[in-house]
Amino acid sequence: MREAETPVAIKTLLEAIRDALAEEMRRDERVFVLGEDVGRRGGVFRVTQGLIDEFGPARVLDTPLAESLIVGAAIGAAAYGLRPVAEIQFADFIHPAMDQIINEAAKIRYRSNGAWGCPIVVRAPYGGGVHGALYHSQSVEALFYHVPGLKIVAPATPYDAKGLLKAAIRDPDPVLFFEHKKAYRSVRGEVPDEDYVLPIGKADVKRAGEHLTVITYGYNVHLCLEAAERLSREEGIEAEVIDLRTLLPIDRETILASAKKTGRVMISHEDTKTGGIGAELAAIIAEEALFYLDAPIVRVAPPDVHPMPFNGRLEAAFMPTVEQQYTAMRDLARL
Amino acid sequence: MENRHAALGLTDSDVLAMYEKMLLTRLLDERAWALNRMGKAHFLVSCQGHEAAQVGAAWALRPGIDWLLPYYRDLGVVLAIGMTPRDYLLALLARAEDPHSGGRQMPSHWSYPPLNIFTGSSPVGTQVPQAAGVAYAAKLRGDDAVVYVSFGEGTASQGDVHEGMNFAAVHKLPVIFFCQNNRYAISVPQSLQMAVDDLADRAAGYGFPGKVVDGMDVLEVYGAMREAVDRARRGEGPTLIEAKVYRLTPHSSDDDDRTYRAREEVEEWKQRDGVTKIRAYLMALGLLTEEADQALRRRLLDEIDAAVAYAEAAADPEPSDLVRHVYAE
Repeated sequence: MREAETPVAIKTLLEAIRDALAEEMRRDERVFVLGEDVGRRGGVFRVTQGLIDEFGPARVLDTPLAESLIVGAAIGAAAYGLRPVAEIQFADFIHPAMDQIINEAAKIRYRSNGAWGCPIVVRAPYGGGVHGALYHSQSVEALFYHVPGLKIVAPATPYDAKGLLKAAIRDPDPVLFFEHKKAYRSVRGEVPDEDYVLPIGKADVKRAGEHLTVITYGYNVHLCLEAAERLSREEGIEAEVIDLRTLLPIDRETILASAKKTGRVMISHEDTKTGGIGAELAAIIAEEALFYLDAPIVRVAPPDVHPMPFNGRLEAAFMPTVEQQYTAMRDLARL
Repeated sequence: MENRHAALGLTDSDVLAMYEKMLLTRLLDERAWALNRMGKAHFLVSCQGHEAAQVGAAWALRPGIDWLLPYYRDLGVVLAIGMTPRDYLLALLARAEDPHSGGRQMPSHWSYPPLNIFTGSSPVGTQVPQAAGVAYAAKLRGDDAVVYVSFGEGTASQGDVHEGMNFAAVHKLPVIFFCQNNRYAISVPQSLQMAVDDLADRAAGYGFPGKVVDGMDVLEVYGAMREAVDRARRGEGPTLIEAKVYRLTPHSSDDDDRTYRAREEVEEWKQRDGVTKIRAYLMALGLLTEEADQALRRRLLDEIDAAVAYAEAAADPEPSDLVRHVYAE
């Protein structure tokens, strides 16, 4: 006799991340979290809520307000054999730790000729649209994209977030794990209770299509998916939407296969345009799939201004919209 | 002369062995300069004048149990804890066999997992928060490892030093912050680096002891370090030791200290050289003779000669090594 299947729980992105942390801490006593307000307060976004009750203050460590220390101490603890998960309260505050991330964490394996590793995760909420103004809204992924030795993950869905955070914690190299703060509570999806790991470095085709390719990540995945559905309904144009999930290393295979198949490529991100991830994606496609293209590559991104003003109208003027994605996709398909 | 080492729990042979490591450090540093001037070594940072501080500090640590995050001037520390002249020379000549980095880093950027020597970089001070992290991990695991982390007085101006010390203090972590104050950050004198005479004064602001020692006196350094290590192991937290030393050579093979230091000042400090001082002490106690010292010197030079020959004959890395170890293989 077959038991009735338990329905898969629907969770927010934030809850999926919390589940991943708790499960990894249960699975492996070397895993611990550290950061500002992660303990008693459970994080300013409440991602680590409840962890201190289960694992105690030594493994859910409230640190001084010092980002370089948070990452530097994580590096030292990892050298000793632990698996630290550092939280930077907002990605906008990661800059004091740049030296520890770029000159230290990223280079530790290389500079020791493989003798040492740096298995740390640095989690940081990023992105805007939540009235965060200039210093609680930034997307910082492009600043790190140039750095060999780092891995950068930016999940869009709760399912991906859980599987990828687990993979990041088990990864032998330093992983920056960017969590879009507008998606934290607004994006929901099925998250299985069981343990599963998703591969870092693998993009996911969130919607199959034949007429054009849309490459995106983070909250923009949801904007592009909505635009693609409308485009299908209204124009009969089928867009293939690729969620990068991992920004570094990039999944060239999936991108190039789709570009070659559709011949039209749009790249969309919330980060500003110049020097963004889209520039590298466009270069890869130009180098390796140019003769498959039927139209120029299109990048949809906010203008090169500081993200983003506190004033609601100015914030809205910065933030990507479904309409923008829709128009750009439609125009590209008609070219 | 009064026997000072017995009271520190050191035997006669201990002190002779300390002197041997100091002399080895000096002779090896001198050889590095020769190899540089011969055009065989592109670059070196020198530790002459720091030997007493370094060997005295390392002598209080347990090789393979305690952890070290040494800075680039710590040749005496790594030799005293168990690295060899061959290891150093392989790095100086950037050979494939260089145990620190396989020829990737400048020399004196130490790294050696079997002795818990964590890899270091050139941006100064980054090792201090890392040392606090190592100590936090050791404490979390219930181990009694003690962490040695060193830096110069110039580096003490870095924010990372403050952040690391403060965190170590909050959690009473087993860290010894070992500042080798040689009065100059390349050319910039201490008076432009801080407004106090003693960096050790800052320890009070963090809530742990700070101690000034004569860094040219290996026994005094060892005594202070021993005390700090014991305190750390008892779970009472970190100590800042400031060893007053003097760099007898330019900062590096690319520096010319005549542009910022009077020769008279350098000559004056040479009279207080820690290597000469411990040798005189051993001779005054009858533990070392002129003949024995000459024999020791010859033996160390032979060892260095053999290491130079080995390193010179050792292979360079393969060009294909360039792309290895960016990520785990």
